[in-house]
Amino acid sequence: MLANTALAVMWVGLTCYALFGGADFGAGVWDLLSGGAERGRARRGLIEHSIGPVWEANHVWLIFVVVTLWSAFSTVFAAVMSTLYIPLTLAALGIIARGAAFAFRKASTELWQQRLFGACFALSSLVTPFFLGAVAGGVASGRVPPGLAEGDVVTSWLNPTSALGGVLAVLTCAHLAAVYLCADADREGRPELARGFARNAVLSGLAAGAVACAGVAVLHADAPELFHGLTHRALPLVILSAVAGLAVLGLLAKHRFVVARAAAALAVAAILWAWGAAQYPAMLVGGTTVSEAAATPAVLSAILVSLGFGAVVLIPSLWLLYTTFQRATPEQPHR
Amino acid sequence: MLSASVPGIALAANRVSAGDLSAARAQMGFSLAWHIVIACLGVGLPALTLLAEWWGIRTGSPSHQLLARRWARAMGVLFAVGAVSGTILSFEMGLLWPGLMGRFGQVIGLPFALEGIAFFIEAIFLGIYLYAWDRLPPRRHLLTGIPIVIAGTASAFFVVCANAWMNQPRGFTLRDGKVVDVDPWAAMLNPASWPQTVHMILAAFMVASFLTASVYAVALLRGRRDTYHRAGFVIPFTLGAAVTPFQILVGDWAARFLADYQPAKLAAIEGVYTTGSHVPLTIGGIAGDDGLKYGLEVPNGLSLLVGYSPDTVVKGLDRVPRGQWPAVTGVHWAFDLMVSIGFFLLAMGLWLLWAWWRRRRMGGELPFNRLFLMLAAVSGPAAVVALESGWCVTELGRQPWIVWGVMSVRDAVNPAPGLMAGLWLVLVVYAAMTVATVYVLRRMTRGTPVPQAPQEEDVSRYPVV
Repeated sequence: MLANTALAVMWVGLTCYALFGGADFGAGVWDLLSGGAERGRARRGLIEHSIGPVWEANHVWLIFVVVTLWSAFSTVFAAVMSTLYIPLTLAALGIIARGAAFAFRKASTELWQQRLFGACFALSSLVTPFFLGAVAGGVASGRVPPGLAEGDVVTSWLNPTSALGGVLAVLTCAHLAAVYLCADADREGRPELARGFARNAVLSGLAAGAVACAGVAVLHADAPELFHGLTHRALPLVILSAVAGLAVLGLLAKHRFVVARAAAALAVAAILWAWGAAQYPAMLVGGTTVSEAAATPAVLSAILVSLGFGAVVLIPSLWLLYTTFQRATPEQPHR
Repeated sequence: MLSASVPGIALAANRVSAGDLSAARAQMGFSLAWHIVIACLGVGLPALTLLAEWWGIRTGSPSHQLLARRWARAMGVLFAVGAVSGTILSFEMGLLWPGLMGRFGQVIGLPFALEGIAFFIEAIFLGIYLYAWDRLPPRRHLLTGIPIVIAGTASAFFVVCANAWMNQPRGFTLRDGKVVDVDPWAAMLNPASWPQTVHMILAAFMVASFLTASVYAVALLRGRRDTYHRAGFVIPFTLGAAVTPFQILVGDWAARFLADYQPAKLAAIEGVYTTGSHVPLTIGGIAGDDGLKYGLEVPNGLSLLVGYSPDTVVKGLDRVPRGQWPAVTGVHWAFDLMVSIGFFLLAMGLWLLWAWWRRRRMGGELPFNRLFLMLAAVSGPAAVVALESGWCVTELGRQPWIVWGVMSVRDAVNPAPGLMAGLWLVLVVYAAMTVATVYVLRRMTRGTPVPQAPQEEDVSRYPVV
């Protein structure tokens, strides 16, 4: 029971990272695709304005997931980290380059610096979710055996399921970001930007859907256990995700941007939970189950109690953060 | 599945090459040494910024308000760099030391989980503090900064608790290679936690204060002796000077803690080879196989420091198997360097006190002469050197153990091949990040220069983000 609760809490963290941190990555992807310095100025300005105050808080969800995994399921953490250390090192370097470059770009005044740091921010926004998705693919297809570096350090992440995971992660992040940015542009009174992001959202949504459909064949061939789970126990969640994804397209066409946000978030969350449900109770497919990997009850309860108390402080704080910046910018009296 | 992973851990020591082990140690050491400086600024700089902002609101002084805005701007950049370099460390715990995490991850998970919460609070309020500067009334804005300082200090406390556990592992039992009877609270609040955390938190305030003061000492030396630059120097330098005497007392406590709990580390720090009483305090010197030569000896010094009596017995390296000695010369020199810098900073604080006293008697401005300002300009980098030396003492003094007396570094490392390549990649990325950080911070000060005598409108025009 405690182990399942800890797993669920970790999965909530992972969902939040995908929905908030993932959208920040996606915003970086759109930054990359915004065109030259002059043409992309307005879009880049909106992106920076939207993610500036919140990206560091959104990034902390990743630390939350990593720490919960190592405290509550130490052996799984050790196995995943030691076997998949190449894509994880690359993702870590991407995280460094992205966060630092975003802050540096904001602090720079000259165009060439903004270009250099902007390119660094945007490129690492593209590669980081790819590597994280590849890691997920490696775990989900059962390529991480228990023990230290027992899996193949190369084929554990260079394989069809990992490639699918990586591409899907990038497309999903881009889609989420485009949907979120529609609402931001609309609120800031920039209908032309909102229309542009709506187009991007539809395109990336269709692309993600197409890749997901093609992925069915990949999983059938490459990750049979996951395929079986997704088509049986997790099927309702897969259908929910597809329906929500289609609803996003309709809502965007009707300019219902805020509801579209919720639907896009639901589509992404449902697919993450579908993965969890398909794999459960295995944490390492073909090896370790949740109850085998779980820390002793004393540790699990200490961590859950601390996180519970933490949530009492965190939830109002997050609420304050998002409500402070989800209002239209007031007239600035000093300027 | 724990049982299945234990043979894997046993195997790790045989599978890993000496080069990969050194690469893993170098990568962890390097990324920690880098992060620790930024993390200290992350703990100390918000406090300085709030102090300046509060002063500015209270007195209406535009100079202080401008200082607060400028420090906040630097804080934003440094916090971003600190957040990502800290994330890398949590990855590296698993990428480089899965043997440690696989077996003991659950034992030290609690302080990291708490640190995660504290860091979350810090990131949330930093976002509000920086971005809502012109959206909130001044006093309410000041309040949104307070959680940053509290959470920053708390996260330093939790993360150092985890490191303290590696020095004083508690809260578990090893039975046939399996970790059982875990008590995460006992593990977190082990005997090393208090001396180590207090020492580190004070160090963070000293590093941030003296480094910030150094910048303004250079400006004062260049003749910019206006209110703005004087305040930029006096606020942080006073805070640093106020903390230093306490730090020296806490340092003494931390060293005497070692006499009771980690005698091998104390023996390496002080270069004590033979157990006995009337042990002298040796300053400097070169370590050989049988003793420390060419050092300056203070008769009975160490025995007096440890137990307040020359008869106090100090355990020497002769009580430690030869294969388990830390690198004596390196640890000894790092310790001496840290202590000398500590006393140098104490002397600078006393000089400041004397300057205040003279001003009270004679009136006018604080009498800072060139020599004082030159030494003050050095104090910031010196504090960083002291910080790094102190960290070397803690970490190298624990070798060859990753968990003192329980697990060796060799048993913890990732047996996967190719760690050397990872080291080079990380070095390149960190070098680029270092250059960019220094460059951006320097450009930031020149891109939006401050006026000699700031007025209210200059303040409101200065961008925070």
